[in-house]
Amino acid sequence: MTTEAPEKKEEQKKEESFLGLFVHNLWSANTVTVTILSIFLALLIGAILIVVSDSAVLSTFSYFTARPSDALNASWDLISRAYADLFKGAIFDPAAVQAWFNGTGDWKTALNPLSETLTYAAPLVFTGLSVALAFRGGLFNIGGQGQAVIGCLTAGVAGFAIGLPAGLHLVVALAAGLIGGALWGFVPGLLKARTGAHEVITTIMLNYTATLFLGWLILQSGVQDPDRTDAVSKTIESTAGLPALPQPLRVHLGIVLAVIVTAGVAWLVNRSSFGFELRAVGANPPAAKTAGMSVGGTYIKLMVVAGGLAGLGGAVQVLGTADRLTGQVAGNIGFDGLLVALLGRNKPWGTLFAAILYGGLRAGGNLMQVDVGVSLELVTVLQALIVIFIAAPALVKTIFQLRDARTARLGASMAKGW
Amino acid sequence: MANDHIDITVEPGEVHALLGENGAGKSTLMNQLYGLLQPDEGEILVDGEPKVFRSPRDAIAAGIGMVHQHFMLVPVFTVAENIALGAEEVRGGPLGWLDRRRNKRDVLETSQRYGLPVDPDALVENLPVGAQQRVEIVKALTRDVDLLILDEPTAVLTPQETDELLAVMRSLADTGKSIVFITHKLREVKAIADRITVIRRGRTVVPSNHPAAAPNRTKGSVSPDTPTDELAALMVGRDVSLEVEKTPAEPGREVLKVSGLIVDDDRGVRAVDHVDLVVRSGEVLGIAGVQGNGQTELVEAIMGLREARAGAIELEEKSLTGRTTKQVLRAGVGYVPEDRSLDGVVKDFTVAENLVLDLYDRAPFGNSFALNPKAIAESARERVSQFDIRTPSSQSTVGTLSGGNQQKVVVAREMSRPLKLLIAAQPTRGVDVGSIEFIHNQIIHERDVGTAVLVVSSELDEVVGLADRIAVMYRGRILAIVSPDMPREEIGLLMAGVVTQEAEDTE
Repeated sequence: MTTEAPEKKEEQKKEESFLGLFVHNLWSANTVTVTILSIFLALLIGAILIVVSDSAVLSTFSYFTARPSDALNASWDLISRAYADLFKGAIFDPAAVQAWFNGTGDWKTALNPLSETLTYAAPLVFTGLSVALAFRGGLFNIGGQGQAVIGCLTAGVAGFAIGLPAGLHLVVALAAGLIGGALWGFVPGLLKARTGAHEVITTIMLNYTATLFLGWLILQSGVQDPDRTDAVSKTIESTAGLPALPQPLRVHLGIVLAVIVTAGVAWLVNRSSFGFELRAVGANPPAAKTAGMSVGGTYIKLMVVAGGLAGLGGAVQVLGTADRLTGQVAGNIGFDGLLVALLGRNKPWGTLFAAILYGGLRAGGNLMQVDVGVSLELVTVLQALIVIFIAAPALVKTIFQLRDARTARLGASMAKGW
Repeated sequence: MANDHIDITVEPGEVHALLGENGAGKSTLMNQLYGLLQPDEGEILVDGEPKVFRSPRDAIAAGIGMVHQHFMLVPVFTVAENIALGAEEVRGGPLGWLDRRRNKRDVLETSQRYGLPVDPDALVENLPVGAQQRVEIVKALTRDVDLLILDEPTAVLTPQETDELLAVMRSLADTGKSIVFITHKLREVKAIADRITVIRRGRTVVPSNHPAAAPNRTKGSVSPDTPTDELAALMVGRDVSLEVEKTPAEPGREVLKVSGLIVDDDRGVRAVDHVDLVVRSGEVLGIAGVQGNGQTELVEAIMGLREARAGAIELEEKSLTGRTTKQVLRAGVGYVPEDRSLDGVVKDFTVAENLVLDLYDRAPFGNSFALNPKAIAESARERVSQFDIRTPSSQSTVGTLSGGNQQKVVVAREMSRPLKLLIAAQPTRGVDVGSIEFIHNQIIHERDVGTAVLVVSSELDEVVGLADRIAVMYRGRILAIVSPDMPREEIGLLMAGVVTQEAEDTE
């Protein structure tokens, strides 16, 4: 007992200083504060845009000096309804939850918003991790889109072209997506290592190549749905589909996979020898070289892994949400991955949360459009604004008069990186 | 706080040395004087009048000029163009043309008046470092300065060039100009300064027996008659030994053998030209030479960081030619690179991570698959105390440490495994006096346990202090291998490419 006492005292002291630090840091320009304030600022500007884009509310401003209450009430009403819908569509609708508990509604309606959010988020986790991991190694993987498209393609083809028992078929299809993306990442990695070709240029070019290749492939016999004349592939066998959890909802096994892969990437970055190498190469290539690491070799390995992650994202998209290949099957998941990684500060778990936030904005935006008539593009604007504010921490710092924090500003350096 | 209530007075016609370790606040002080930084408190008086400098423009207008440690010249411009830059002679109104002829005349006039020969038409990039520095000084002088600040001007010069610069400083002072000479080299201070201000941790310091209130002295400055070791103690805050203490070497077998080595630099120009070297176990071979004479390329070739065009490198009779850096390190070579912040440490990494930067995939720190964070942390704690690395914890990022402590991290990493050969390039560049002593002792300790040591340094004092034999390198060749007992003037001449009779005899 006697030996324990001083230890406890020390612990208490530590806790106090931790609390003090926490309070001190709360209003300093650390990453969490800046991120939250960036989201707040984006919503603020979004509110103005909502008002400006609604002609009915805007007309009340024409007699603003005579009766300002009209304009203010109408604006407030519109903004609050729009953002309430954003919340209801992304997380939950209190009315639906109430109904579920009363027995008048069902759990499906109550959980549907969350299901939508996670459905949109799942592929973004993978593409976001792809960008984040590459960035930790000092590479700008703008090619997440192309790698995801190839991942869609190889996973999709594996999904309808081969017949295998359920479960095994899914694994094979996912692996096909992973390998396809990895291959699409290997090319720019090799070019960078051997010739110094800048990965930004090569990956952007490979994005076009991948999209056009997909467009061509879908129209080939054996791939195109024989009953259709437009660019649609055959339907993926149900044995290769990612199972929904649970059935009537859209959310599928992909989000679980995403969490597992996030943990894997976190381990890879922080605990593995390869992670040590890639962080050293990313932070200071000459020092890494001097310490005997192969900078080129690390670039190649890194792009293979990053490409594989994006490819897996494409596979999750096609096997979970879509059930066949189309020209736009990959949507924008690769490019959104860039923003998700930036928002997540290139940290694996940060990227996971950022992807869920993006998924939420997207899911909520759908409801906002249907219910209040606010265009879905507003969501894109919100996402862009959040990223702009995060990329310019000095701006947020000035607006809110934050104290200086000494934490590394990864977000800023990423935006300024090239 | 970089400067804490510093008082400094510079009289007309005096050379005032500002002495202090790296990070003591010398540059901060001078940057305020030159308008690059604004003081939070206190004032600057020029000729008795208080002045506020918002930018270097104000400082220049008040007659203050500065020659920075890193030259502020445009390499592809001529000397005259560089000197005119920022104060161009323009004819024909605001949209007029440059009066190049007048510029050139001004340059020549200034250069002749102060005895500083420069060729106004030469491209700056083609000039040797010493001449570039003259251009900087002429540039300041054409602005009619009364006070010239020279920030670490001798760091890049040969001993001969340094002597020339000191003579120029003296003659400038004789014409009535005031000179502030920032340095951490005691020998130069003793040679030139009329008065010395020592700065430590942002404050001026004086010896304990110093009559600070003496009427004929400005507060805070000390006379140049102060003994060297006393000045060093003032700078560091404790007694330091400036001499490297060591016993005579006991050279054993040949460990490193370099023969006929030819290496090109990044531009494809021959940097190392038929170099032959032998380093034996238990001895320190020092390579003396002005920076840029092939030392960097020689070391990089040995380390497998740069391809050799021809020649052989052998470690204990096994060839190192064509090996990767990792293989060279694994073969038992320790390497302290010359550019610490670029090649030595990863600043965003913690002290612990930097201590295993070239060992992370070997037991006990990890394997080719995973790291062992526990072993890394434990060994880091040991090294931190063993090598006296001043850091809040082994988990602090290296970028937050002082230069000396960063260098100790590199030294600790390279010396914490069994070595056959240690290569230390500029081991104490940008390192405070206290850490220099420690690092030198570590290098000698490594020699005494039987490791072959190759020390490359552009500081002649360091080479002479550490080495048992000195190879002088000039334009990619080893001009001579001499004993450290040879007079420094002779070695200095060799560094400038002049082979004397005596040097030839020793070879």
